[in-house]
Amino acid sequence: MRGAKSAKWVAIAAVVALGATACGGGGDKGGDSKAAIDPNGKFSVEVGEPQNPLQPANTMESNGSIVIKALFSGLVDYDSNGKIVMVNAQSIDTKDNKTFTVKLKPGWKFHDGTPVTANSYVKAWNWAANPEHKQTNSAWFADIQGYDDVAPASGKPKSDTMSGLKVIDDNTFTITLSKPIPYFIYKLGYEVFDPLPESFYKDPAAAGEHPIGNGPYKFVSWQHKQSIEVARFDGYKGPNPAKNGGVIFKNYAKLETAYQDLKSGNLDVMRQVAPRDLPVYKQDLGDRAVDQPYSAIQTIAVAFYTKQWKNINPKVLQGLSMAIDRDTITKTVLQGTREPATGWVAKGVMGYQPNAAGDITKYDPAKAKQLIKEGGGVPGNKISIQYNADGGHKEWVEAVCGSITKATGVQCTGDSKADFQADTNARDAHQVKSLYRSGWVLDYPFISNFIRDLFGSKADGNQGGFSSKEIDDLIAKADSAKTLEESEKLYQQVEKELPKYMPSIPLWYYKVNAGYSEKVTNVKYDQSGDPIVTGVEVKK
Amino acid sequence: MGRYVARRLLQMIPVFIGTTLLIFLMVYALPGDPVRGLFGDKATTPSVIRALRHEYGLDKPVLVQYWDFMKGIVLHFDFGKQIASGRPVTEILGEAFPVTLRLASLAFVIEAVIGIVLGVVAGLRAGKAADTVILFFTLLLISVPVFVLGYILQTVFAINLGWLEPSVTDPTDFNQLLLPAIVLASASLAYVARLSRTSVAENLRADYMRTAIAKGLPRRRVVGVHLLRNSLIPVVTFLGTDLGALMGGAIVTEGIFNIHGVGGTIADSITRREGTTLVGLVTILVLVYLVCSLIVDLLYAVLDPRIRYA
Repeated sequence: MRGAKSAKWVAIAAVVALGATACGGGGDKGGDSKAAIDPNGKFSVEVGEPQNPLQPANTMESNGSIVIKALFSGLVDYDSNGKIVMVNAQSIDTKDNKTFTVKLKPGWKFHDGTPVTANSYVKAWNWAANPEHKQTNSAWFADIQGYDDVAPASGKPKSDTMSGLKVIDDNTFTITLSKPIPYFIYKLGYEVFDPLPESFYKDPAAAGEHPIGNGPYKFVSWQHKQSIEVARFDGYKGPNPAKNGGVIFKNYAKLETAYQDLKSGNLDVMRQVAPRDLPVYKQDLGDRAVDQPYSAIQTIAVAFYTKQWKNINPKVLQGLSMAIDRDTITKTVLQGTREPATGWVAKGVMGYQPNAAGDITKYDPAKAKQLIKEGGGVPGNKISIQYNADGGHKEWVEAVCGSITKATGVQCTGDSKADFQADTNARDAHQVKSLYRSGWVLDYPFISNFIRDLFGSKADGNQGGFSSKEIDDLIAKADSAKTLEESEKLYQQVEKELPKYMPSIPLWYYKVNAGYSEKVTNVKYDQSGDPIVTGVEVKK
Repeated sequence: MGRYVARRLLQMIPVFIGTTLLIFLMVYALPGDPVRGLFGDKATTPSVIRALRHEYGLDKPVLVQYWDFMKGIVLHFDFGKQIASGRPVTEILGEAFPVTLRLASLAFVIEAVIGIVLGVVAGLRAGKAADTVILFFTLLLISVPVFVLGYILQTVFAINLGWLEPSVTDPTDFNQLLLPAIVLASASLAYVARLSRTSVAENLRADYMRTAIAKGLPRRRVVGVHLLRNSLIPVVTFLGTDLGALMGGAIVTEGIFNIHGVGGTIADSITRREGTTLVGLVTILVLVYLVCSLIVDLLYAVLDPRIRYA
């Protein structure tokens, strides 16, 4: 407890120091936007308590991953258009999309001073893939040759290293996949592929409490349920060094409270404004309010395993889609927090094409009625949309239902499950009665993540049982393309085909509705809706 | 007296087992699996799920799980591990309880002191202006929901006037806890005031009061000893059970002021289906309730000498 206490004092001292610098900056208000920048200034970001220990392959939810992203750097990263940027990798070359040769930039070091080598990657991946170590993201290694020997679906593992990973020398290693994937390099940007220092394996649990990474920030302290503090790592050699002295991730149980703190200057950056404050936040914050889409989409998915939808004519689903007045609902019920979708792939993803779904996302009651009639009508003339009551979905589900009923006369009700757990439970057990709400935030910004991983008949994200031989064939073709560009083009064609099959009804893209304090500037948000902490500048 | 206390303590054992078993079964009966819940919409491998379920003993029958859990508590004071973070539950309890204890005791003091003072003032002046004002004030506190009061006080005192902090950054600082404690105490404070007012007004007309005044005792002694002591029995009963409610039921207040105490932790563990964390928290709350009610019963004897425990 003694150690914890002194750490808290450091945090308080830092906050006090910050307060002092903030006041000092208030004096010369003249050149507001051009205020002097303090390269060592620290700022705070609102987050919740990370669910898991801070181990890269064990972090799925956003509270943990924003911290992991600050502490660790992987081989590659993406820019805001979804283009690949080399980080720790010098080059990643392949001739057949099956074997990749990774060359590391030499001279990188972990925060404890030990060098980052090819072995830091290979050993970390083998460790995380092993089901014994219970890493929640271990399924990500399934593309690599030999994964089934390490983590067989049943029975005892045959090996504890994947045969597809080979260290050539200190700065070079090769990855062999079990089958070619032209966009595998995109997957490498996910935190699960980060390297681990040698000290990690001595006590992984302790390392999860006090992580040592190779990223732009080094770990300082974690006061559970209070705050996590990281400081700039001066030995960082990547393309995105921190432009500030450090970050304090402050834990808030309620976004409303965080917003109050933001207004009173106790908090600098928010990730999302609570519904209560949405009507006023633009007025309150002025040009410090953020309103931009990120790469996530909400859809109404179809339970194709039910009697109702088993052999449905896609025209019926097209009709239902055209009966939804997306423009009005996003503006009124959702208070501008979503943007109407025009396809199945979200913005900011490589391969996104505007208006991919054509007419079927446009509101047209007459056409909707006609399409449903042509398709033989909705079986039972009654649908329900399952959702979880704890996620703030009730309002828009009711609005969508109202819109459908008004336009087509099809009866529509919301089917509420108490919480997200109960909702996923029903989906996993194939107990959804008709339709269900589904959301998808990108894993990596390549188009396949929104198509193959959701609509391939064997994909894990395909919970509704959609299955089409034609789409599967097209996906297989796109997966066996020679180059990334070609694969992207083929996937774009798949998306163009989707209206004929209607695997789900696209609704809208998510938006970041957030804001930041007067103390910071240059706050940008990435594809997953998180602030890019390295770029934030703190005013003097 | 000693035998009475011993008997009451022994009675706690079946209550303790009953409540924990009931809560354990209720969490188990909720749909949803805590391990599957970690993954949300995303994919995972069956072998990892299996390994995780095994680690937390979720692959065993529920009664075996309960038995193992109780064995851990009684033999090693081991409450198991929290799913997802893998941290020991005792550590989580150790973080949450001191915070809540501080908040609850501060609220308790505010509630008891202000509540009883208001009640006595109103009771002594029953029917007069002061009584009406206090009646109005307490009705207002009871009828305004906690979250409304919380946000109003936060906006007025912290944001507009800037006297207090809008949220709690350091839960060891009683200055920061003052505002949430007032909010938390408000409703109970009104009940305490109403209870003591009625009781005082009633006892004012009792025979022993007339005797005490007729004896020529000073007014301070009449009110302070004879009147208060006899009027406090219903108030003490209420305060005793309310301490438990202040600790476990502060979810709303904790959320508004960003206090990471027991209430929020309980709500979290319910949504995450973490039976072990939940039972650990509730077990301690049950013990607090049991001890409080025992203390209340013992206080009766102190307040009213006619009550004896053989």
